[in-house]
Amino acid sequence: MKYAYYPGCSQETTSAEYNRSAVEVCRALEIELVEIPDWNCCGASSCHAVDDRLAHALVGRNLAIAEKEGTDLAVVCPACFLRLRKTRKEFRDDAALREKLPGLIDMPYSARYEVRHLLDILANTVGFEKVAEKVKKPLAGLKVVAYYGCYLVRPPEVTGIDDPENPQIMDTLLKALGADALDWRGKVECCGGSLLLTRRDIEGRLVAGICEAAREVGAEAIVTACGLCQHNLETGQPGENPLPVFYFTELMGLAYGLDARPWLRRHLVNPASLLKKHGFN
Amino acid sequence: MIPAESAVKEADGLAFGRRVREDSGVDFNRCYQCLTCTLSCPVSFAMDYQPNQLMRMIQTGAAAEVLRSRTIWVCASCETCAARCPQGIDIPRVMDTLRQIALREKIAGREAAIPAFHLTFLKSIRRWGREYELGMVIGLKIKTRDFFNDIGLGIRMLMKGKMGLLPHRIKGAGEIQAIFRKSREVGED
Ligand code: SF4
Ligand code: SF4
Repeated sequence: MKYAYYPGCSQETTSAEYNRSAVEVCRALEIELVEIPDWNCCGASSCHAVDDRLAHALVGRNLAIAEKEGTDLAVVCPACFLRLRKTRKEFRDDAALREKLPGLIDMPYSARYEVRHLLDILANTVGFEKVAEKVKKPLAGLKVVAYYGCYLVRPPEVTGIDDPENPQIMDTLLKALGADALDWRGKVECCGGSLLLTRRDIEGRLVAGICEAAREVGAEAIVTACGLCQHNLETGQPGENPLPVFYFTELMGLAYGLDARPWLRRHLVNPASLLKKHGFN
Repeated sequence: MIPAESAVKEADGLAFGRRVREDSGVDFNRCYQCLTCTLSCPVSFAMDYQPNQLMRMIQTGAAAEVLRSRTIWVCASCETCAARCPQGIDIPRVMDTLRQIALREKIAGREAAIPAFHLTFLKSIRRWGREYELGMVIGLKIKTRDFFNDIGLGIRMLMKGKMGLLPHRIKGAGEIQAIFRKSREVGED
């Protein structure tokens, strides 16, 4: 199985461990993620607030490059996922954008191939049975909450890989790895996103609420599919003993017996003692 | 910079509502004030006008108040309101349109740091083709004159390799600059 792959800026720096763990667990599942050449920033949480045409053009260049691989495009960052899917959808729905986009990016684009989140690929193409077959060390007894945040599920008509109010896809994956995925009220709450850099007061309050909801049900860690969420949750937690925050791909790697140390070493909340408690070193 | 007063006056009144509707493609007149958006909004506590109030203010042409509001910038674009609005009103899309108008008209609103962040972010893409966090953080700190917040966290991030010291310039940086030239509807700040 082969996909064109768009890592996105954060996965090169702040959340490089997300990128690396994603590529490695995919390799274990015989999924080849082919990073598209010379991709650019998708504009993320800023460009849509400033200029529509530019937002579509920055995304369009990546879509056009990816199309040359002749496969669907796999994405891990939910914000990139939303931007890429939104431009592709508007390109298909809106004749005016169809007409002007190739000129703006100086490349042909047809919107032939889908943009898919890795979770969707694992659930609906690979299948969670196959994902479970590769487990060597089940995450038995590890109490986690699956945190979806915004863009995996909203807007439902653009990204919506699962129910927008009570998604299950990541919970099901975590259960397939043997973990105890707890039901909780914070799964689709917003972490404040890029307000981190401008209005820490707002972002901190949102993060505190999410972490409170996780503790309420007795979670030992939070699991996310987003670099910005991971960063906000790690750095914005109030109190003495912050909960570790994992990428779902890191937990897959641990359960598959891959060497997770290079990924986990980069965390700002050290998960070592929690993992030791559950027999992972 | 055009003084905020004249720019707002020009955009005032019912023409403002028509412009928002045209630019966004969203029919905010369908809003019947059920408050679902506001009660769902995670950042309503930090807004000067609640999302439902904002819809009413656009309907009645309160351009100056809308464009100067904190609300249009602190909205986290979380899409919760849009997913729940029984009238199918895409409020985050309206927020984007209002931000774009405020930037284009160079309206100095109550919230300065957030628009400064967005423009700094875009400069980084224009220059390198990718996000350059450290350059962006420094640029933002200079713009907002906030030098001491989060220095400790910044250093920890650098140590963990979570923030690149140097930017990565993509090979197609020239293509990105061309895309900016051809697309950009808003002048440089
Ligand atoms: S949810 Fe929709 S209809 Fe209800 S107040 Fe908000 S915008 Fe108006
Ligand atoms: S998109 Fe903005 S207005 Fe709507 S719920 Fe989220 S933060 Fe509130």
